[in-house]
Amino acid sequence: MSNAPTTAPAPTAPPPVEKIRIKVDGREIDVPKMMPDWQGKLVPTTMLQACQIAAQEVPHYCYHPKLPIAGNCRMCLVEFGTPVMDPATKKPVVNEDGSPKIARSVLPYEPGTPRGAIACATPISPGMEIYPSSPATKQMREAVLESLLINHPLDCPICDQAGECKLQEYSVQHGQAASRFVEPKVHKPKAVDLGPRIVLDDERCVLCTRCIRFTRDVAGDDALGIVNRGSYNTISAAPGKQFDNNYTLNTVDICPVGALTSKDFRFKMRVWFLKETKSVCTSCSTGCNITIGSRENVIHRYEPRDNDAVNASWMCDAGRLNYTWVGRADRLQEVRVRGERSTWPVALAQITEHLRQAAEGSVAIIASARQTTEELYLLRRLAVRLGAITDAVEREGEADRLLVSADRNPNSQGARLTGIAYTEIGISIPTIADGIRAGRIRTLVVFGEDVTKVGIDAALLAKVETLIVSDILPNATTAAAHYLLPGCAHAEKRGTFINGKGRVQKFMKAVEPRGDARPEWEFLAEVAKALGTADGFTTIEGLFNRMASEVPALAGVEWSKLGDTGVTVPV
Amino acid sequence: MSFSVPAKLEAQLDELTTHYPQKRSASLMFLHALQEHFGYVSPEAVDWTAGKLGLQPINVQELVTFYPMFRQTPLGKTQVKVCRTLSCALAGSDALRKHFVEKLGLDAHKHGAQTTADGKFTVEFVECLASCGTAPVVMVNDDLVEKCTAADCDRILSRGR
Repeated sequence: MSNAPTTAPAPTAPPPVEKIRIKVDGREIDVPKMMPDWQGKLVPTTMLQACQIAAQEVPHYCYHPKLPIAGNCRMCLVEFGTPVMDPATKKPVVNEDGSPKIARSVLPYEPGTPRGAIACATPISPGMEIYPSSPATKQMREAVLESLLINHPLDCPICDQAGECKLQEYSVQHGQAASRFVEPKVHKPKAVDLGPRIVLDDERCVLCTRCIRFTRDVAGDDALGIVNRGSYNTISAAPGKQFDNNYTLNTVDICPVGALTSKDFRFKMRVWFLKETKSVCTSCSTGCNITIGSRENVIHRYEPRDNDAVNASWMCDAGRLNYTWVGRADRLQEVRVRGERSTWPVALAQITEHLRQAAEGSVAIIASARQTTEELYLLRRLAVRLGAITDAVEREGEADRLLVSADRNPNSQGARLTGIAYTEIGISIPTIADGIRAGRIRTLVVFGEDVTKVGIDAALLAKVETLIVSDILPNATTAAAHYLLPGCAHAEKRGTFINGKGRVQKFMKAVEPRGDARPEWEFLAEVAKALGTADGFTTIEGLFNRMASEVPALAGVEWSKLGDTGVTVPV
Repeated sequence: MSFSVPAKLEAQLDELTTHYPQKRSASLMFLHALQEHFGYVSPEAVDWTAGKLGLQPINVQELVTFYPMFRQTPLGKTQVKVCRTLSCALAGSDALRKHFVEKLGLDAHKHGAQTTADGKFTVEFVECLASCGTAPVVMVNDDLVEKCTAADCDRILSRGR
């Protein structure tokens, strides 16, 4: 099957993986000799990766799988040993019971003292033994944590990172209850305005340099560095320079402590109150995977969610901060029929009856490439039934080299694959405008777009005999609507978007719809069923699976197979 | 005050850059030369160095703030560096510095380099000047004064006035 869905971008069979046998905490385990580094290049497997495979967590601050290795925080120190080789025969020395003799690594000048190695940057070798739970390892962790906390202000009660802070977590797991440090702490700059979206507290910083490496090696903006020296080391931008690229907020995510905080989120909400919902960013066709943090129906933040097929661990600042519209006070909350407040049953019955009697070719549908694929599919079913001309509205911006796509619609591919729009989205809108002008098109259905901005101005709109509009926020088109149906933001319903590269990704519901608003797919399914062009879907799963069976590009895809990170279809 | 590097110095630095496999490696030599010429490393000098070597200003700023020998503000015309490492400390460097500081009307209890209001002198403690056998030693600009006495101090001060 040529258009079978795949979960990996490169479907070629991987070459056989060479394995090395090592021991982690006394348990034998085979681990790959080579593993991908932060750029995906195969490099020798490290002790830290081997321990992860063995399900033994090795605490770390500076190591991040998507950043170059720095090895500066020392938190991942572990005790280890290597097989003893006979210098004469170059053969392994064995114990009396036949097992290989292991030499634990010790200080060369003090052979009684174990010498740890940083697990993040030490490659494994055959026969190696790693002791992530040994007393010596435990002692090393305690020492490193004590050292990291020497100048730390210990202001957890008012720190934004509290609840998701590695310094807190490791202090609980690996630290000591008391510090032996009695001298005055070094004081460093507080509340440093690093850029338009970032505030830095240098006293909380553990100097792991994740932020420096991220902005230099991933974002391509070498803006941050460490100034001064010794205990006065301080993360800083160059004097007079702003840390203001479009990816700065990722440094807040990867900062293992409370040093880098988001101006948008800081002091707004304790993180343990947030409900986390898996979703997808709607700001462009890249479709970065996100986690929505909400509490009591209010969205407080977006954070990127790992998906190596789409956004790795990152997202742009513009997309991340583009959530406040969901909670805007002027959200459409009422069903309105010719300006009067109405109800769903009344409005839908009238719309259904009207569409049933509409002459073939007298209806046009302008959908939005911000709608879910399921909604676009249902609109397409209606269009087929009514012989309606359809299109969506394109949204262009500037692309960048990392994540931002020029196409600012999250679901342009969904609009194309369901047949709502052609490759060039918006190409039929002038035809629709002409149809209205000529009186051929007498009913216009608009979803989620202000058509007065794309060539169907208020005067032309006034010529439409029946204007059926569903939207989230008020605009000139909703003001002119005969039937106004309040819809849902993506965070208020479930559905899928298909990103620019054909990744079908589902998103879940984080908050409740406002007022009378209903997910568009629900009421579209009712109308489509009443007109006999679709089954009465009661679940998004059933709707998706039916759509997948009818849309050629989605053949073989099922809701249950989408997982958290989606599947790629040919586009 | 606009920042401009003389053409001759710039040519020297450009030539110097070719001695290194990476341009970046010339950073320290640039900063030394600029400090030699201007008396200190100004923010403009940092930007200029970064521009010449294809770096970001923060990369150079890291170096300037790491090494105490680089000055970020102008210092006095006569710079007095009193060694305070072990041999000199035992031989009385503390009294020596105090002598300088008090004669110049500066604060003996203040840490770090201090410059007189007229801009003529800067006095500071430094670490080992590598002349332990002749402790205590003082560097006056580029000259080493060995077995420095109070009388030497006064001579240095009167010469600098």
